[in-house]
Amino acid sequence: MDAEQMDGEQIEDIEIRLLLEALFRRYHYDFRNYAQASLKRRLRQARDQMGLPTFSALQDRLLRDPATVSRLLDFLTVQVSELFRDPAYFRAIREKVVPHLRTYPSLKVWIAGCSSGEELYSFVILFREEGLEERTLFYATDINQDALDAAARGIYPLDRIRTFTENHQFSGGKSSLSDYYSTAYGHAAFDKSLRERVVFSDHSLVTDAVFAEMHLISCRNVMIYFDRGLQDRAVGLFRGSLARKGFLGLGAKESLRFSQYAGSFGEFVREEKIYQRRDP
Amino acid sequence: MTRPRAVVIGASAGAVQALSRLLPILPGDYPLPVLVVVHVPPGRRNVLASLFAAKCNLEVREPDDKEPIAPGTILFAPPDYHMLVETDRTVSLSVEGPVQFSRPSIDVLFESAADAYGSGLVGAVLTGANHDGAEGLRALFEAGGTALVEDPASAAYPVMPRAALAFVPGAESVPLDALAKRLLDLAG
Repeated sequence: MDAEQMDGEQIEDIEIRLLLEALFRRYHYDFRNYAQASLKRRLRQARDQMGLPTFSALQDRLLRDPATVSRLLDFLTVQVSELFRDPAYFRAIREKVVPHLRTYPSLKVWIAGCSSGEELYSFVILFREEGLEERTLFYATDINQDALDAAARGIYPLDRIRTFTENHQFSGGKSSLSDYYSTAYGHAAFDKSLRERVVFSDHSLVTDAVFAEMHLISCRNVMIYFDRGLQDRAVGLFRGSLARKGFLGLGAKESLRFSQYAGSFGEFVREEKIYQRRDP
Repeated sequence: MTRPRAVVIGASAGAVQALSRLLPILPGDYPLPVLVVVHVPPGRRNVLASLFAAKCNLEVREPDDKEPIAPGTILFAPPDYHMLVETDRTVSLSVEGPVQFSRPSIDVLFESAADAYGSGLVGAVLTGANHDGAEGLRALFEAGGTALVEDPASAAYPVMPRAALAFVPGAESVPLDALAKRLLDLAG
């Protein structure tokens, strides 16, 4: 191509590659293999909200001002979820997966990419309702320390509680959600007893390894931000982390059929994207 | 101009009636993929896809993340997800916050598709009562794509087509009943 003819779009793509390389080399956060389309969108938002003209300017600031990295991570990682998001998923966990989990004397559950904790609290409450909490250790991991701190606090705006409560009921909840939180100053604080069996930890599906043997892994709407190669890495990590016949739950619109590990899993509840590790 | 390789459509209020007068007319050998965002509340899955699958000659469904975009398929954005196009012509989904109060957002689909297909993209903004789609259509137009807008005079809710025309004065305004023929002509 004629070097003088390169358009703004192509220049921007080069800048984005360089920015992600800078983020990795300087701070070891690796977004280089994230799915491009939404990443680009979020980087544009970050650039515009920081009032910077180009990604090159953002790169310059990122390299020299460490405070920029947590701001950038908030654009790149923080997702707002709900308690019992997609109630049918939790109903399937309760009705189809829990009967299998009951047969184990002790259980390990991994909420991978836990963000601000909504998925985690949903599982702990469900396990308490099903009488499994006391034999379970929950691992809640994320790459964003601010999100992990928020998850460990378990405080959500009160205006979200109505949705949480409806979801909980549709999921087949056996108790009242209000048993698990107290309210003050427009917020609902989830009870600290729900965190007694939880280990919060910084862990990256992109760069870190297997750390324990799990009976159930829930990782919903996290891998949608990865490209195909990175999704394969994460699914491989899940495969390596699961006990024999362990379960993997994905988001409603995620599928293992495009994965190189498709053959390593069977569809356990097809419509809810709950898979079971299959052994040769 | 590049020969079109994909069609993107955005609609909001009045969408089901408008799309019912458009999508079922596309023949079973229509060569382009058609990606559609309709503003729907979060909740039940596959409602629009099953409704239109029964009416259309083309295959209609909600895609899974990373699904390859195949010609002659109509893909509806799943409720509560943004639908985007990657440069390798696969779908990616996202649960980032709503854009213009909407998830899925028409702007998000159009902007990412404009990146992926450049001048090989046809986009149409149909009936609606908000301003979603205007910025996306501008991105599409600036990338050299073909920008179509439902003629506000024929639209059930003209606010969205008007906003799109105000943002993209170079867009073609097409009456709803002429739109299917236009999409066929553009597919060549």
